[in-house]
Amino acid sequence: MSEKLFVKGNEAVAMAAIEAGCRYYFGYPITPQSDIPEYLSRELPPLGGEFIQAESEIGAINMLLGASATGVRAMTSSSGPGISLKQEGISYMAGSELPGVIVDIMRAGPGLGGIDASQADYFQATRGGGHGGYRIIVLAPASVQEMYDLTMLAFDLSDLYRIPAMVLADSVIGQMKESLTAHPRPQTALPAKEWAVRGREAGEPQNVVKSLYLGDGEMEAFHWKMHARYQELAEKENRWEEVQTEDAKLVVTAFGSTARIAKTAIAMAREAGMKVGLLRPITLFPFPRQAYEAISRNCKNFLTIELSTGQMVEDVRLSVARDAEVSFYGRPPGAGSLPTPEELFEQIKKRY
Amino acid sequence: MKQVFTRPESLKDVQTHFCPGCHHGSIHRLVAEAMDEFDIRSKTIGVASVGCSVFLYGYFDIDVIEAPHGRAPAVATGAKRSRDDRIVFTYQGDGDLAAIGTSEIIHAANRGEDITVIFVNNTTYGMTGGQMAPTTMVGQKTSTSPYGRNQAKDGYPIRMAELLAQLEGVAFSARVAVNSPKNVMQAKKMIKTAFRYQVEGRGFSFIEALAACPTNWGMKPLAANERVGSEMIPYFPLGVYRNTANL
Repeated sequence: MSEKLFVKGNEAVAMAAIEAGCRYYFGYPITPQSDIPEYLSRELPPLGGEFIQAESEIGAINMLLGASATGVRAMTSSSGPGISLKQEGISYMAGSELPGVIVDIMRAGPGLGGIDASQADYFQATRGGGHGGYRIIVLAPASVQEMYDLTMLAFDLSDLYRIPAMVLADSVIGQMKESLTAHPRPQTALPAKEWAVRGREAGEPQNVVKSLYLGDGEMEAFHWKMHARYQELAEKENRWEEVQTEDAKLVVTAFGSTARIAKTAIAMAREAGMKVGLLRPITLFPFPRQAYEAISRNCKNFLTIELSTGQMVEDVRLSVARDAEVSFYGRPPGAGSLPTPEELFEQIKKRY
Repeated sequence: MKQVFTRPESLKDVQTHFCPGCHHGSIHRLVAEAMDEFDIRSKTIGVASVGCSVFLYGYFDIDVIEAPHGRAPAVATGAKRSRDDRIVFTYQGDGDLAAIGTSEIIHAANRGEDITVIFVNNTTYGMTGGQMAPTTMVGQKTSTSPYGRNQAKDGYPIRMAELLAQLEGVAFSARVAVNSPKNVMQAKKMIKTAFRYQVEGRGFSFIEALAACPTNWGMKPLAANERVGSEMIPYFPLGVYRNTANL
Protein backbone atom coordinates (compact mmCIF):
# COMPACT_ATOMS: atom_id res chain seq x y z
CA MET A 1 0.00 0.00 0.00
CA SER A 2 2.20 2.83 -1.23
CA GLU A 3 0.29 3.71 -4.35
CA LYS A 4 0.10 7.23 -5.68
CA LEU A 5 -3.46 8.55 -5.52
CA PHE A 6 -5.18 11.74 -6.59
CA VAL A 7 -7.62 12.70 -3.85
CA LYS A 8 -9.24 15.57 -2.01
CA GLY A 9 -7.80 16.73 1.31
CA ASN A 10 -10.96 15.73 3.13
CA GLU A 11 -10.82 12.25 1.63
CA ALA A 12 -7.20 11.94 2.73
CA VAL A 13 -8.33 12.62 6.32
CA ALA A 14 -10.94 9.86 6.11
CA MET A 15 -8.49 7.40 4.51
CA ALA A 16 -5.88 8.10 7.17
CA ALA A 17 -8.41 7.58 9.94
CA ILE A 18 -9.25 4.13 8.60
CA GLU A 19 -5.58 3.28 8.18
CA ALA A 20 -4.97 4.44 11.76
CA GLY A 21 -7.50 1.91 13.00
CA CYS A 22 -10.40 4.26 13.57
CA ARG A 23 -13.64 2.34 13.05
CA TYR A 24 -16.11 4.72 14.72
CA TYR A 25 -17.10 8.06 13.31
CA PHE A 26 -19.82 10.38 14.55
CA GLY A 27 -20.64 13.59 12.71
CA TYR A 28 -23.09 16.09 11.37
CA PRO A 29 -22.98 17.63 7.88
CA ILE A 30 -21.49 21.06 7.37
CA THR A 31 -19.64 22.62 4.43
CA PRO A 32 -16.71 22.43 3.68
CA GLN A 33 -16.01 19.13 5.47
CA SER A 34 -18.93 16.91 4.43
CA ASP A 35 -16.71 14.72 2.23
CA ILE A 36 -15.34 13.22 5.45
CA PRO A 37 -18.66 11.84 6.78
CA GLU A 38 -19.71 10.91 3.25
CA TYR A 39 -16.55 8.87 2.72
CA LEU A 40 -16.73 7.17 6.11
CA SER A 41 -20.47 6.40 5.84
CA ARG A 42 -19.54 4.35 2.78
CA GLU A 43 -16.27 2.80 3.94
CA LEU A 44 -16.70 2.05 7.66
CA PRO A 45 -19.65 -0.40 7.65
CA PRO A 46 -17.93 -2.97 5.37
CA LEU A 47 -14.98 -2.89 7.79
CA GLY A 48 -17.24 -3.74 10.71
CA GLY A 49 -17.19 -0.16 11.94
CA GLU A 50 -19.94 2.28 12.73
CA PHE A 51 -20.93 5.55 11.15
CA ILE A 52 -23.60 7.62 12.85
CA GLN A 53 -25.00 10.82 11.46
CA ALA A 54 -25.77 12.39 14.81
CA GLU A 55 -28.71 14.68 15.57
CA SER A 56 -26.31 17.57 16.17
CA GLU A 57 -22.65 18.35 16.65
CA ILE A 58 -23.30 18.10 20.38
CA GLY A 59 -24.64 14.59 19.89
CA ALA A 60 -21.65 13.69 17.71
CA ILE A 61 -18.93 14.83 20.13
CA ASN A 62 -20.62 13.02 23.00
CA MET A 63 -20.85 9.82 20.96
CA LEU A 64 -17.11 10.25 20.41
CA LEU A 65 -16.69 10.67 24.17
CA GLY A 66 -18.65 7.47 24.84
CA ALA A 67 -16.82 5.41 22.21
CA SER A 68 -13.42 6.73 23.25
CA ALA A 69 -14.17 5.89 26.89
CA THR A 70 -14.44 2.22 25.88
CA GLY A 71 -10.90 2.34 24.49
CA VAL A 72 -11.50 2.34 20.73
CA ARG A 73 -10.19 4.82 18.17
CA ALA A 74 -12.92 7.23 17.11
CA MET A 75 -13.28 10.54 15.30
CA THR A 76 -15.58 13.44 14.54
CA SER A 77 -15.23 16.34 12.12
CA SER A 78 -16.88 19.68 11.48
CA SER A 79 -16.31 23.31 10.58
CA GLY A 80 -16.36 26.45 12.77
CA PRO A 81 -20.06 26.69 13.70
CA GLY A 82 -20.14 22.97 14.48
CA ILE A 83 -16.83 23.05 16.36
CA SER A 84 -18.35 25.75 18.60
CA LEU A 85 -21.14 23.32 19.51
CA LYS A 86 -18.62 20.58 20.16
CA GLN A 87 -16.69 22.67 22.68
CA GLU A 88 -18.68 21.39 25.65
CA GLY A 89 -17.82 17.82 24.76
CA ILE A 90 -14.19 18.66 24.01
CA SER A 91 -13.87 20.24 27.47
CA TYR A 92 -15.37 17.10 29.04
CA MET A 93 -13.02 14.87 27.05
CA ALA A 94 -10.07 16.97 28.16
CA GLY A 95 -11.33 16.80 31.74
CA SER A 96 -11.76 13.03 31.46
CA GLU A 97 -8.28 12.56 29.88
CA LEU A 98 -9.86 10.92 26.85
CA PRO A 99 -8.16 10.65 23.49
CA GLY A 100 -10.13 11.26 20.31
CA VAL A 101 -9.61 13.04 17.01
CA ILE A 102 -11.55 16.15 16.00
CA VAL A 103 -11.14 17.63 12.53
CA ASP A 104 -11.91 21.32 11.92
CA ILE A 105 -12.02 22.35 8.28
CA MET A 106 -12.21 26.07 8.95
CA ARG A 107 -14.66 28.35 7.17
CA ALA A 108 -15.45 32.02 7.59
CA GLY A 109 -17.05 33.18 10.83
CA PRO A 110 -18.15 34.37 13.31
CA GLY A 111 -21.71 33.15 13.24
CA LEU A 112 -22.84 31.58 10.01
CA GLY A 113 -20.09 33.51 8.23
CA GLY A 114 -19.54 31.79 4.92
CA ILE A 115 -17.77 28.86 3.35
CA ASP A 116 -14.59 30.64 2.28
CA ALA A 117 -11.28 29.52 3.69
CA SER A 118 -10.39 31.10 7.01
CA GLN A 119 -7.79 30.66 9.73
CA ALA A 120 -9.79 32.51 12.35
CA ASP A 121 -10.46 29.41 14.50
CA TYR A 122 -6.81 29.53 15.64
CA PHE A 123 -7.62 30.97 19.06
CA GLN A 124 -10.54 28.61 19.55
CA ALA A 125 -8.39 25.59 18.68
CA THR A 126 -5.18 26.46 20.51
CA ARG A 127 -6.62 28.04 23.66
CA GLY A 128 -8.79 25.08 24.56
CA GLY A 129 -11.99 26.55 23.16
CA GLY A 130 -14.27 25.34 25.92
CA HIS A 131 -14.38 26.05 29.64
CA GLY A 132 -11.92 25.13 32.33
CA GLY A 133 -8.39 25.96 31.17
CA TYR A 134 -7.27 22.95 29.16
CA ARG A 135 -5.36 22.52 25.90
CA ILE A 136 -5.69 20.07 23.06
CA ILE A 137 -3.11 18.92 20.52
CA VAL A 138 -3.52 20.95 17.30
CA LEU A 139 -1.95 19.90 13.99
CA ALA A 140 -2.05 22.12 10.90
CA PRO A 141 -1.62 20.36 7.55
CA ALA A 142 -0.63 22.34 4.45
CA SER A 143 -1.14 19.66 1.78
CA VAL A 144 -3.26 16.65 0.96
CA GLN A 145 -0.31 14.43 1.92
CA GLU A 146 -0.15 16.12 5.31
CA MET A 147 -3.90 15.76 5.77
CA TYR A 148 -3.17 12.05 5.61
CA ASP A 149 0.05 12.00 7.63
CA LEU A 150 -1.07 14.37 10.38
CA THR A 151 -4.49 12.72 10.83
CA MET A 152 -2.65 9.48 11.48
CA LEU A 153 -0.26 11.23 13.85
CA ALA A 154 -3.21 12.86 15.64
CA PHE A 155 -4.52 9.43 16.65
CA ASP A 156 -1.13 8.36 18.02
CA LEU A 157 -0.40 11.57 19.93
CA SER A 158 -3.91 11.63 21.32
CA ASP A 159 -3.59 8.05 22.61
CA LEU A 160 -0.07 8.63 23.90
CA TYR A 161 -0.92 11.73 25.93
CA ARG A 162 -4.64 11.08 26.59
CA ILE A 163 -5.44 14.52 25.22
CA PRO A 164 -7.96 15.14 22.40
CA ALA A 165 -6.20 16.03 19.13
CA MET A 166 -7.46 18.39 16.45
CA VAL A 167 -6.54 18.49 12.79
CA LEU A 168 -6.95 22.16 11.88
CA ALA A 169 -7.16 22.86 8.16
CA ASP A 170 -9.25 25.18 6.02
CA SER A 171 -11.51 24.76 3.02
CA VAL A 172 -8.60 25.27 0.60
CA ILE A 173 -6.76 22.22 1.96
CA GLY A 174 -9.96 20.26 2.54
CA GLN A 175 -11.38 20.78 -0.92
CA MET A 176 -8.31 20.69 -3.14
CA LYS A 177 -7.08 17.59 -4.91
CA GLU A 178 -3.44 16.64 -5.19
CA SER A 179 -1.34 13.56 -5.21
CA LEU A 180 -1.15 11.42 -2.11
CA THR A 181 1.12 8.53 -1.28
CA ALA A 182 -0.93 6.44 1.11
CA HIS A 183 1.09 4.37 3.55
CA PRO A 184 0.48 2.11 6.53
CA ARG A 185 0.41 3.54 10.03
CA PRO A 186 3.88 3.67 11.54
CA GLN A 187 4.03 1.04 14.28
CA THR A 188 4.49 3.39 17.21
CA ALA A 189 4.44 1.75 20.63
CA LEU A 190 1.48 3.03 22.58
CA PRO A 191 0.46 2.38 26.16
CA ALA A 192 -2.44 -0.05 26.76
CA LYS A 193 -5.71 1.68 27.57
CA GLU A 194 -6.03 0.22 31.02
CA TRP A 195 -8.29 3.07 32.07
CA ALA A 196 -10.98 2.21 29.51
CA VAL A 197 -14.51 1.35 30.51
CA ARG A 198 -15.35 -2.12 29.20
CA GLY A 199 -17.31 -3.89 31.90
CA ARG A 200 -15.31 -5.73 34.53
CA GLU A 201 -14.69 -9.26 35.62
CA ALA A 202 -14.64 -10.26 39.29
CA GLY A 203 -11.62 -8.84 41.10
CA GLU A 204 -10.82 -6.25 38.46
CA PRO A 205 -10.73 -2.65 39.68
CA GLN A 206 -13.61 -0.37 38.77
CA ASN A 207 -12.87 1.97 35.88
CA VAL A 208 -14.58 5.34 35.95
CA VAL A 209 -14.13 7.91 33.20
CA LYS A 210 -15.00 11.22 34.81
CA SER A 211 -14.12 14.87 35.11
CA LEU A 212 -15.78 15.67 38.44
CA TYR A 213 -13.33 16.36 41.25
CA LEU A 214 -14.89 17.36 44.54
CA GLY A 215 -12.33 16.13 47.07
CA ASP A 216 -10.00 18.58 48.79
CA GLY A 217 -7.18 19.50 46.41
CA GLU A 218 -8.18 16.93 43.78
CA MET A 219 -9.03 19.50 41.14
CA GLU A 220 -5.86 21.46 41.74
CA ALA A 221 -3.80 18.28 41.49
CA PHE A 222 -5.54 17.44 38.22
CA HIS A 223 -4.66 20.84 36.76
CA TRP A 224 -1.00 20.52 37.72
CA LYS A 225 -0.87 17.00 36.30
CA MET A 226 -2.29 18.18 32.97
CA HIS A 227 0.00 21.21 33.00
CA ALA A 228 3.00 18.88 33.28
CA ARG A 229 1.64 16.83 30.40
CA TYR A 230 1.25 19.94 28.23
CA GLN A 231 4.85 20.85 29.04
CA GLU A 232 6.02 17.38 28.08
CA LEU A 233 4.15 17.79 24.78
CA ALA A 234 5.83 21.15 24.22
CA GLU A 235 9.25 19.59 24.76
CA LYS A 236 8.82 16.46 22.71
CA GLU A 237 6.17 16.91 20.09
CA ASN A 238 6.52 20.27 18.44
CA ARG A 239 6.92 20.12 14.68
CA TRP A 240 7.65 22.71 12.06
CA GLU A 241 9.06 23.20 8.59
CA GLU A 242 11.85 25.61 7.70
CA VAL A 243 12.67 26.80 4.20
CA GLN A 244 15.87 28.75 3.59
CA THR A 245 16.02 30.25 7.08
CA GLU A 246 19.81 29.79 7.52
CA ASP A 247 20.82 33.07 5.90
CA ALA A 248 17.43 34.81 6.04
CA LYS A 249 17.16 38.51 6.84
CA LEU A 250 13.39 38.21 6.86
CA VAL A 251 11.47 35.11 7.95
CA VAL A 252 7.90 34.77 6.79
CA THR A 253 5.76 32.64 9.07
CA ALA A 254 2.38 31.16 8.28
CA PHE A 255 0.52 27.86 8.75
CA GLY A 256 -1.62 25.69 6.50
CA SER A 257 -2.82 27.00 3.15
CA THR A 258 -1.29 30.44 3.68
CA ALA A 259 2.19 28.95 4.04
CA ARG A 260 1.85 27.45 0.55
CA ILE A 261 1.22 30.85 -1.01
CA ALA A 262 4.01 32.32 1.10
CA LYS A 263 6.42 29.70 -0.27
CA THR A 264 5.84 30.95 -3.81
CA ALA A 265 6.31 34.54 -2.66
CA ILE A 266 9.57 33.59 -0.97
CA ALA A 267 10.81 31.93 -4.17
CA MET A 268 10.04 35.21 -5.97
CA ALA A 269 11.99 37.11 -3.32
CA ARG A 270 14.99 34.76 -3.60
CA GLU A 271 14.85 35.19 -7.39
CA ALA A 272 15.09 38.93 -6.77
CA GLY A 273 18.18 38.36 -4.61
CA MET A 274 16.46 38.88 -1.24
CA LYS A 275 17.36 36.58 1.65
CA VAL A 276 13.90 35.50 2.78
CA GLY A 277 12.95 32.25 4.51
CA LEU A 278 9.84 30.51 5.76
CA LEU A 279 8.98 29.06 9.14
CA ARG A 280 5.79 27.00 9.07
CA PRO A 281 4.44 25.65 12.37
CA ILE A 282 2.96 22.18 11.91
CA THR A 283 1.92 21.79 15.54
CA LEU A 284 -0.03 24.86 16.68
CA PHE A 285 -0.34 23.40 20.15
CA PRO A 286 2.30 22.81 21.26
CA PHE A 287 3.54 25.91 19.42
CA PRO A 288 7.11 25.37 18.17
CA ARG A 289 8.64 28.11 20.31
CA GLN A 290 12.11 26.56 20.13
CA ALA A 291 12.20 27.11 16.37
CA TYR A 292 11.35 30.80 16.77
CA GLU A 293 13.83 31.23 19.60
CA ALA A 294 16.60 29.66 17.55
CA ILE A 295 15.94 31.54 14.32
CA SER A 296 15.42 34.88 16.05
CA ARG A 297 18.96 34.70 17.45
CA ASN A 298 20.17 35.54 13.95
CA CYS A 299 17.19 36.94 12.13
CA LYS A 300 15.36 39.83 13.76
CA ASN A 301 12.65 40.41 11.22
CA PHE A 302 9.49 38.28 11.09
CA LEU A 303 6.38 38.66 8.95
CA THR A 304 3.31 36.67 10.03
CA ILE A 305 0.64 36.00 7.44
CA GLU A 306 -2.81 34.67 8.28
CA LEU A 307 -6.32 34.44 6.85
CA SER A 308 -7.60 36.49 9.79
CA THR A 309 -6.93 39.84 11.43
CA GLY A 310 -4.17 38.21 13.45
CA GLN A 311 -4.20 35.37 15.94
CA MET A 312 -1.10 33.18 15.56
CA VAL A 313 0.94 36.40 15.44
CA GLU A 314 0.50 36.58 19.24
CA ASP A 315 2.25 33.24 19.67
CA VAL A 316 4.98 34.37 17.28
CA ARG A 317 5.57 37.52 19.36
CA LEU A 318 5.74 35.43 22.53
CA SER A 319 8.25 33.05 20.98
CA VAL A 320 10.86 35.23 19.25
CA ALA A 321 13.84 36.92 20.91
CA ARG A 322 13.04 40.24 22.60
CA ASP A 323 14.82 42.37 20.05
CA ALA A 324 13.14 40.73 17.05
CA GLU A 325 10.46 42.58 15.17
CA VAL A 326 7.21 40.86 14.24
CA SER A 327 4.91 42.42 11.66
CA PHE A 328 1.60 41.12 10.42
CA TYR A 329 -0.26 40.89 7.17
CA GLY A 330 -3.76 39.41 7.24
CA ARG A 331 -6.60 38.74 4.87
CA PRO A 332 -9.74 37.87 6.80
CA PRO A 333 -12.10 35.61 4.85
CA GLY A 334 -14.31 36.85 2.05
CA ALA A 335 -15.01 35.76 -1.49
CA GLY A 336 -11.71 35.75 -3.36
CA SER A 337 -9.75 37.19 -0.47
CA LEU A 338 -6.89 34.68 -0.56
CA PRO A 339 -3.65 36.63 -0.96
CA THR A 340 -1.77 36.08 -4.21
CA PRO A 341 1.98 35.33 -4.25
CA GLU A 342 2.53 38.73 -5.90
CA GLU A 343 0.61 40.43 -3.10
CA LEU A 344 2.76 38.68 -0.47
CA PHE A 345 5.93 39.48 -2.41
CA GLU A 346 4.94 43.17 -2.19
CA GLN A 347 4.52 42.81 1.57
CA ILE A 348 7.94 41.14 1.81
CA LYS A 349 9.57 43.94 -0.18
CA LYS A 350 8.03 46.56 2.11
CA ARG A 351 9.56 44.94 5.18
CA TYR A 352 12.84 43.62 3.83
CA MET B 1 -31.59 -18.51 60.39
CA LYS B 2 -32.47 -18.07 56.75
CA GLN B 3 -31.30 -14.83 55.23
CA VAL B 4 -34.11 -13.34 53.16
CA PHE B 5 -32.74 -9.91 52.31
CA THR B 6 -29.22 -9.00 51.22
CA ARG B 7 -27.43 -6.25 49.40
CA PRO B 8 -27.39 -6.86 45.63
CA GLU B 9 -23.94 -7.85 44.38
CA SER B 10 -23.99 -4.98 41.90
CA LEU B 11 -24.11 -2.42 44.71
CA LYS B 12 -21.12 -1.46 46.82
CA ASP B 13 -21.19 -1.66 50.59
CA VAL B 14 -21.13 2.09 51.19
CA GLN B 15 -23.09 4.55 53.23
CA THR B 16 -25.61 6.65 51.31
CA HIS B 17 -25.08 10.37 50.91
CA PHE B 18 -28.56 10.99 49.58
CA CYS B 19 -30.95 13.03 51.74
CA PRO B 20 -33.37 11.25 54.09
CA GLY B 21 -36.46 10.18 52.19
CA CYS B 22 -34.85 10.50 48.75
CA HIS B 23 -35.91 7.76 46.35
CA HIS B 24 -32.59 7.42 44.49
CA GLY B 25 -31.48 4.64 46.86
CA SER B 26 -34.59 2.52 46.17
CA ILE B 27 -34.25 2.99 42.42
CA HIS B 28 -30.51 2.19 42.56
CA ARG B 29 -31.37 -1.02 44.35
CA LEU B 30 -33.94 -2.10 41.77
CA VAL B 31 -31.49 -1.43 38.93
CA ALA B 32 -28.81 -3.43 40.78
CA GLU B 33 -31.22 -6.32 41.37
CA ALA B 34 -32.04 -6.42 37.66
CA MET B 35 -28.31 -6.58 36.87
CA ASP B 36 -27.81 -9.40 39.37
CA GLU B 37 -30.81 -11.28 38.03
CA PHE B 38 -29.48 -11.30 34.47
CA ASP B 39 -25.92 -11.82 35.70
CA ILE B 40 -24.69 -8.92 33.58
CA ARG B 41 -22.69 -6.95 36.13
CA SER B 42 -19.37 -7.88 34.57
CA LYS B 43 -20.41 -6.59 31.17
CA THR B 44 -22.43 -3.56 32.12
CA ILE B 45 -21.33 0.03 31.50
CA GLY B 46 -23.23 2.74 33.35
CA VAL B 47 -23.49 6.28 32.05
CA ALA B 48 -23.86 8.83 34.82
CA SER B 49 -25.40 12.22 34.17
CA VAL B 50 -25.04 15.40 36.19
CA GLY B 51 -26.87 16.38 39.37
CA CYS B 52 -27.54 13.87 42.13
CA SER B 53 -27.30 11.01 39.60
CA VAL B 54 -23.62 11.66 38.95
CA PHE B 55 -22.45 9.55 41.89
CA LEU B 56 -23.50 6.34 40.16
CA TYR B 57 -19.93 5.04 40.37
CA GLY B 58 -19.94 5.50 44.13
CA TYR B 59 -22.79 3.02 44.52
CA PHE B 60 -22.71 0.62 41.58
CA ASP B 61 -19.88 -1.87 41.39
CA ILE B 62 -19.50 -1.46 37.62
CA ASP B 63 -17.52 0.57 35.08
CA VAL B 64 -19.00 4.04 34.58
CA ILE B 65 -18.65 6.96 32.16
CA GLU B 66 -19.67 10.41 33.31
CA ALA B 67 -21.57 12.38 30.65
CA PRO B 68 -22.08 16.12 30.27
CA HIS B 69 -25.45 17.57 31.26
CA GLY B 70 -28.18 15.98 29.11
CA ARG B 71 -25.79 14.11 26.83
CA ALA B 72 -25.88 10.69 28.47
CA PRO B 73 -27.92 9.08 25.63
CA ALA B 74 -25.31 10.24 23.08
CA VAL B 75 -22.45 9.03 25.29
CA ALA B 76 -24.26 5.71 25.74
CA THR B 77 -24.75 5.50 21.97
CA GLY B 78 -21.00 5.83 21.40
CA ALA B 79 -20.24 3.25 24.09
CA LYS B 80 -22.82 0.74 22.87
CA ARG B 81 -21.88 1.05 19.21
CA SER B 82 -18.22 0.51 19.98
CA ARG B 83 -18.88 -2.36 22.46
CA ASP B 84 -22.08 -3.91 21.22
CA ASP B 85 -21.68 -6.99 23.42
CA ARG B 86 -22.01 -4.82 26.53
CA ILE B 87 -25.09 -3.72 28.43
CA VAL B 88 -25.23 0.07 28.58
CA PHE B 89 -27.61 2.11 30.66
CA THR B 90 -27.98 5.77 31.49
CA TYR B 91 -29.32 7.18 34.75
CA GLN B 92 -30.67 10.70 34.37
CA GLY B 93 -32.76 13.24 36.22
CA ASP B 94 -35.55 15.38 34.84
CA GLY B 95 -33.56 18.57 34.30
CA ASP B 96 -30.93 16.51 32.51
CA LEU B 97 -33.18 14.39 30.31
CA ALA B 98 -36.27 16.52 29.76
CA ALA B 99 -34.68 19.99 29.38
CA ILE B 100 -31.08 20.31 28.19
CA GLY B 101 -31.00 16.72 26.90
CA THR B 102 -34.30 16.46 25.01
CA SER B 103 -32.52 16.32 21.68
CA GLU B 104 -30.21 13.50 22.77
CA ILE B 105 -32.95 11.37 24.37
CA ILE B 106 -35.40 11.72 21.47
CA HIS B 107 -32.84 10.85 18.83
CA ALA B 108 -31.25 7.96 20.73
CA ALA B 109 -34.77 6.59 21.24
CA ASN B 110 -35.69 7.16 17.61
CA ARG B 111 -32.57 5.38 16.39
CA GLY B 112 -33.63 2.46 18.54
CA GLU B 113 -30.28 2.40 20.32
CA ASP B 114 -29.95 -0.83 22.27
CA ILE B 115 -29.61 0.94 25.60
CA THR B 116 -31.70 1.26 28.75
CA VAL B 117 -32.55 4.65 30.18
CA ILE B 118 -33.51 5.10 33.83
CA PHE B 119 -35.16 8.49 34.13
CA VAL B 120 -35.68 9.75 37.67
CA ASN B 121 -38.44 12.37 37.76
CA ASN B 122 -38.65 14.29 41.00
CA THR B 123 -40.13 17.48 39.46
CA THR B 124 -37.11 19.60 40.36
CA TYR B 125 -33.42 20.25 39.85
CA GLY B 126 -32.17 18.58 43.01
CA MET B 127 -28.46 19.17 43.33
CA THR B 128 -28.54 22.77 42.09
CA GLY B 129 -30.97 23.68 44.83
CA GLY B 130 -34.54 22.99 43.78
CA GLN B 131 -35.14 25.09 40.71
CA MET B 132 -38.08 24.61 38.31
CA ALA B 133 -37.74 21.58 36.04
CA PRO B 134 -39.65 20.70 32.85
CA THR B 135 -41.59 18.24 35.02
CA THR B 136 -42.42 20.69 37.83
CA MET B 137 -46.17 20.55 38.54
CA VAL B 138 -48.41 23.50 37.70
CA GLY B 139 -48.58 25.64 40.83
CA GLN B 140 -45.50 24.02 42.39
CA LYS B 141 -43.24 26.52 44.10
CA THR B 142 -39.53 26.16 43.46
CA SER B 143 -36.54 28.47 43.89
CA THR B 144 -37.07 29.78 40.34
CA SER B 145 -40.88 29.60 40.36
CA PRO B 146 -41.48 31.31 43.72
CA TYR B 147 -45.08 32.10 42.77
CA GLY B 148 -45.70 28.56 41.59
CA ARG B 149 -45.28 27.20 38.08
CA ASN B 150 -47.54 29.21 35.80
CA GLN B 151 -48.51 27.23 32.72
CA ALA B 152 -49.16 30.42 30.74
CA LYS B 153 -45.54 31.49 31.17
CA ASP B 154 -43.67 28.29 31.93
CA GLY B 155 -45.59 25.69 29.94
CA TYR B 156 -46.77 22.36 31.25
CA PRO B 157 -45.01 19.51 33.00
CA ILE B 158 -43.71 17.25 30.27
CA ARG B 159 -44.67 13.55 30.16
CA MET B 160 -41.60 11.78 28.80
CA ALA B 161 -42.77 8.15 29.02
CA GLU B 162 -45.77 8.95 26.80
CA LEU B 163 -43.77 11.22 24.48
CA LEU B 164 -41.08 8.63 23.77
CA ALA B 165 -43.69 5.90 23.36
CA GLN B 166 -44.65 7.52 20.04
CA LEU B 167 -41.28 6.67 18.50
CA GLU B 168 -40.83 3.55 16.39
CA GLY B 169 -37.34 2.89 17.76
CA VAL B 170 -38.62 2.45 21.31
CA ALA B 171 -39.06 -1.17 22.42
CA PHE B 172 -40.34 -0.45 25.90
CA SER B 173 -41.50 2.66 27.74
CA ALA B 174 -43.04 2.64 31.20
CA ARG B 175 -43.56 4.83 34.23
CA VAL B 176 -43.12 3.52 37.73
CA ALA B 177 -42.95 4.83 41.30
CA VAL B 178 -41.37 3.54 44.51
CA ASN B 179 -43.72 5.22 46.99
CA SER B 180 -45.44 2.02 48.21
CA PRO B 181 -44.51 -1.68 48.51
CA LYS B 182 -46.95 -2.47 45.68
CA ASN B 183 -45.41 0.14 43.41
CA VAL B 184 -41.89 -1.03 44.30
CA MET B 185 -42.79 -4.56 43.22
CA GLN B 186 -44.25 -3.23 39.98
CA ALA B 187 -41.21 -0.99 39.43
CA LYS B 188 -38.90 -3.95 39.91
CA LYS B 189 -40.79 -5.88 37.25
CA MET B 190 -40.65 -2.98 34.79
CA ILE B 191 -36.94 -2.29 35.34
CA LYS B 192 -36.19 -5.98 34.81
CA THR B 193 -38.20 -5.92 31.59
CA ALA B 194 -36.26 -2.87 30.41
CA PHE B 195 -32.92 -4.65 30.97
CA ARG B 196 -34.23 -7.92 29.52
CA TYR B 197 -35.13 -6.12 26.31
CA GLN B 198 -31.56 -4.90 25.98
CA VAL B 199 -30.19 -8.37 26.77
CA GLU B 200 -32.42 -9.65 23.97
CA GLY B 201 -31.32 -6.84 21.64
CA ARG B 202 -34.83 -5.50 21.07
CA GLY B 203 -33.95 -1.79 21.03
CA PHE B 204 -34.37 1.23 23.25
CA SER B 205 -35.98 0.71 26.67
CA PHE B 206 -37.09 3.54 28.93
CA ILE B 207 -38.17 3.65 32.56
CA GLU B 208 -39.49 6.85 34.12
CA ALA B 209 -39.37 6.53 37.90
CA LEU B 210 -41.31 9.09 39.93
CA ALA B 211 -39.27 10.07 42.95
CA ALA B 212 -39.47 12.19 46.06
CA CYS B 213 -37.07 15.05 46.81
CA PRO B 214 -38.02 15.99 50.39
CA THR B 215 -35.19 18.49 50.83
CA ASN B 216 -36.02 20.62 47.81
CA TRP B 217 -39.76 20.18 48.19
CA GLY B 218 -39.43 21.47 51.77
CA MET B 219 -41.22 18.42 53.12
CA LYS B 220 -40.59 15.70 55.65
CA PRO B 221 -39.78 12.33 54.09
CA LEU B 222 -43.20 10.81 54.77
CA ALA B 223 -45.08 13.84 53.41
CA ALA B 224 -42.86 13.84 50.32
CA ASN B 225 -43.53 10.17 49.78
CA GLU B 226 -47.27 10.89 50.06
CA ARG B 227 -47.02 13.70 47.53
CA VAL B 228 -45.77 11.23 44.92
CA GLY B 229 -49.09 9.38 45.26
CA SER B 230 -51.42 12.32 45.74
CA GLU B 231 -50.04 14.85 43.22
CA MET B 232 -47.57 13.24 40.85
CA ILE B 233 -49.20 9.94 39.93
CA PRO B 234 -52.53 11.59 38.91
CA TYR B 235 -50.64 13.77 36.39
CA PHE B 236 -47.93 11.22 35.55
CA PRO B 237 -49.94 7.96 35.49
CA LEU B 238 -48.04 4.73 36.10
CA GLY B 239 -48.09 2.08 33.43
CA VAL B 240 -46.61 0.73 30.23
CA TYR B 241 -46.83 3.13 27.29
CA ARG B 242 -45.09 1.08 24.68
CA ASN B 243 -44.15 -2.55 24.61
CA THR B 244 -43.07 -4.03 21.31
CA ALA B 245 -43.80 -7.50 22.66
CA ASN B 246 -47.48 -6.55 22.47
CA LEU B 247 -47.40 -5.06 18.98
